[in-house]
Amino acid sequence: MSAMIVFLAVLAVIITWWLSRQGLMSKPWLEVGHVPAGLSDRREASQIPALKLGLGVFLAVVGALFTLFISAYLMRVDAQDWWATPVPRLLYLNTAVLCTSSLALHWAKFEADRGRDDGLRTALLATFATALAFIAGQVLAWRQMVASGFTLTDDAAASFFYLITGMHGLHILGGMVALTRTARSAYRAGPVTERLQLRVELCAIYWDFMLAVWLVLLALFAGWASNFVDLCRQLLT
Amino acid sequence: MVDASHGASDVIPPAAVEDVELYHPHSWWTRYVFSQDAKVIAIQYASTAMAIGLVALVLSWLMRLQLAFPGDFPFIDSQRYYQFITMHGMIMVIYLLTALFLGGFGNYLIPLMVGARDMVFPYANMLSYWLYLVAVLVLVAGFFAPGGPTGAGWTLYPPQAILSNTPGGQDWGIILMLVSLILFIIGFTMGGLNYVVTVLQGRTRGMTLMRLPLTVWGIFTATVMALLAFPALFVACVMMLFDRVLGTSFFMPAIVEMGEQLKHGGGSPILFQHLFWFFGHPEVYIVALPAFGIVSDLISTHARKNIFGYRMMVWAIVIIGALSFVVWAHHMYVSGMNPYFGFFFATTTLIIAVPTALKVYNWVLTLWRGNIHLTLPMLFALAFIVTFVNGGLTGLFLGNVVVDVPLSDTMFVVAHFHMVMGVAPILVIFGAIYHWYPKITGRMLNEGMGQVHFWITFIGAYLIFFPMHYVGLVGVPRRYYEIGETSFVPASVHDLNIFITVMALVVGAAQMLFLFNLFWSLRHGREAGGNPWRATTLEWQTPQTPPAHGNWGKDLPIVYRWAYDYSVPGAPEDFIPQNQPGAYGLTREAIA
Ligand code: HEM
Ligand SMILES: [Cu+2]
Repeated sequence: MSAMIVFLAVLAVIITWWLSRQGLMSKPWLEVGHVPAGLSDRREASQIPALKLGLGVFLAVVGALFTLFISAYLMRVDAQDWWATPVPRLLYLNTAVLCTSSLALHWAKFEADRGRDDGLRTALLATFATALAFIAGQVLAWRQMVASGFTLTDDAAASFFYLITGMHGLHILGGMVALTRTARSAYRAGPVTERLQLRVELCAIYWDFMLAVWLVLLALFAGWASNFVDLCRQLLT
Repeated sequence: MVDASHGASDVIPPAAVEDVELYHPHSWWTRYVFSQDAKVIAIQYASTAMAIGLVALVLSWLMRLQLAFPGDFPFIDSQRYYQFITMHGMIMVIYLLTALFLGGFGNYLIPLMVGARDMVFPYANMLSYWLYLVAVLVLVAGFFAPGGPTGAGWTLYPPQAILSNTPGGQDWGIILMLVSLILFIIGFTMGGLNYVVTVLQGRTRGMTLMRLPLTVWGIFTATVMALLAFPALFVACVMMLFDRVLGTSFFMPAIVEMGEQLKHGGGSPILFQHLFWFFGHPEVYIVALPAFGIVSDLISTHARKNIFGYRMMVWAIVIIGALSFVVWAHHMYVSGMNPYFGFFFATTTLIIAVPTALKVYNWVLTLWRGNIHLTLPMLFALAFIVTFVNGGLTGLFLGNVVVDVPLSDTMFVVAHFHMVMGVAPILVIFGAIYHWYPKITGRMLNEGMGQVHFWITFIGAYLIFFPMHYVGLVGVPRRYYEIGETSFVPASVHDLNIFITVMALVVGAAQMLFLFNLFWSLRHGREAGGNPWRATTLEWQTPQTPPAHGNWGKDLPIVYRWAYDYSVPGAPEDFIPQNQPGAYGLTREAIA
């Protein structure tokens, strides 16, 4: 569970930093009236839009989920029935496609911030297409694995591979639902609203996050991460 | 120092508060069934939780009947007994307590107490309830599936959970259980995002974090914990579902069953235990923290005194929340891990006792010289404190590695966690229902029925679980269908078992009276008015009772003070609502 402990430690730092700005040392029983001047803006409700805050909290949960999968993987990795499964080459291509998807969404955000609805539509379409290509690529990679004899039940490494990439794929699909809804309001005629800008931005944050998760997973399956973990273990002992 | 130096009396114009767009229901269906109003969702959550809780209660009767009169009830065979244990434990912990505290009280109280019109994401909030309902239905479906529900124990430890000699292991039981948990977790996450973001972002003007009632602090911290702990259960459930349905070997070691080598191999049951307890330990506090918060508010209100050490109470809640994530392995002393780790986890377990004890002192000091009104909520709050202290003492025993090894898996453990995790939070739930029912319905619960309910429940719970400690010390193991004629078990244990069972039936009957009271008082209860307890927090200051859709009238309330201004010297009344401007008295350093 060491990976999860590290994840929680990072979260704990963020939460502590945030709490330290909330006036937890104040003496509320002495402070009648409106909040003392100067403190009001940072101790009252957050100024970040609710949706963005909600996405942040959600990503913390998703992060915990994948970290736990990784923790389980790392705890299981030493067992005897473990053969490192060679990852299909296709995964590197898929990684490039997912990067492109993220870039396209940043392009969309760029267009949205400038109120250019034509560019926004094209960019969203490009994002959607590349994301779809990524999913198709992942499915193809699975089929290649199966064809070369690594089925789900064959050994634990393969089981983890299918399970975790599947989870990641589901999260991308979920993101595509949100993206579709954003695109639908972008395709409705009219100027780019502030709300639409926010939604594009949120999609971009989610995409970047899922890309980061994917890079970690790739490192894990390609075996780079285990070298890294070994190194950490050696440093600790 | 005079309070007025903070500009106490400047009334802030309401225009400064940004209003939110409200969702408007258009039909009966969207108003009462597919409602997005947090108050309706709260009631849906609470009713569903209580209904399924009733099932768990009936299961506990059946188990007790078997323990007292082994074999007298032919339909309770050993398979059924394990199924009952499993469903009883799982329902009580997750589908009743977690859902009721967070989904029920969280939904009702958070928006009202922080001065919001509703949760920030009402649609996700509605989905959260419906997923919970589906999860409950899938769980109940286990009773009707071929082979019945799973009998693996509420910890669902593999490999036995999915083997054919465990009830439901190779039938539908375990699958339905896992699917139900997965649905519950997804639903909870949707609700949990709401509770957290509403506290962070939906607070009204002047409501700083340090002016929040402790109830909100408790529910908020518990929700953050649940959002981080439930994924571990989710991962464990998904992986076990793969093992069971698709034949992977995440948790399944190579096993020979009935002379046949199973297709599994190499999996790690310990991995499951780590994941499970990574969720399971925080779960104890996910249930406890809202209870702590609610009790603090009940005590303060009904003793007409400010809560002692508010700041420390807040810090203690946050610290308990953080620490509870690093102690999960204390449940695994018996599973053979490195003794140094055992020492580390035993130490952190004991350290948690410090902030917990601090809270107990603060409650007692709040009561000290308070103007204690022995109302029903207060009675339940007092009963909680007594029970919690009791259970905490036996818990210190179990937190110790040396003692835990012999006592682990005896009825002593069962008695202990029923005191701390079962009886104590349930008492708070009752207290809270008696306290907030007038706000929810506009009428008081019947006092006479309430008194009967309280005394039978409180004394009865002790008569059930005190003897059970003794039964455990003698060495009677837990999860045993029957102990038969064993030399170390004295005859008195059999008599005690009968006594415990009778008390369990009596206590159960008292709960029926409580349910009856809930319905009876809807019509016949005394009219409560807006603020029958003369309390300070915002939910009692709504323009209508029960609060209308949107909670507040045209303008949101503005908060000028903390939640515990009771018996302020110089004030005309013995309470000052949070939204009342102006200072009273000279200085409050004397009280503080
Ligand atoms: C009148 C109230 C209750 C009675 C009479 C009762 C009775 C029992 C009995 C007889 C067992 C089985 C013991 C064994 O043979 O190992 C049990 C197990 C359990 N109960 Fe209760 N119970 C009650 C309330 C609660 C509540 C409120 C909770 C909520 C936390 C709860 C949680 C559990 C759990 C987690 C188990 C363990 C299940 C397992 O071993 O897998 N119970 N209870
Ligand atoms: Cu624990």
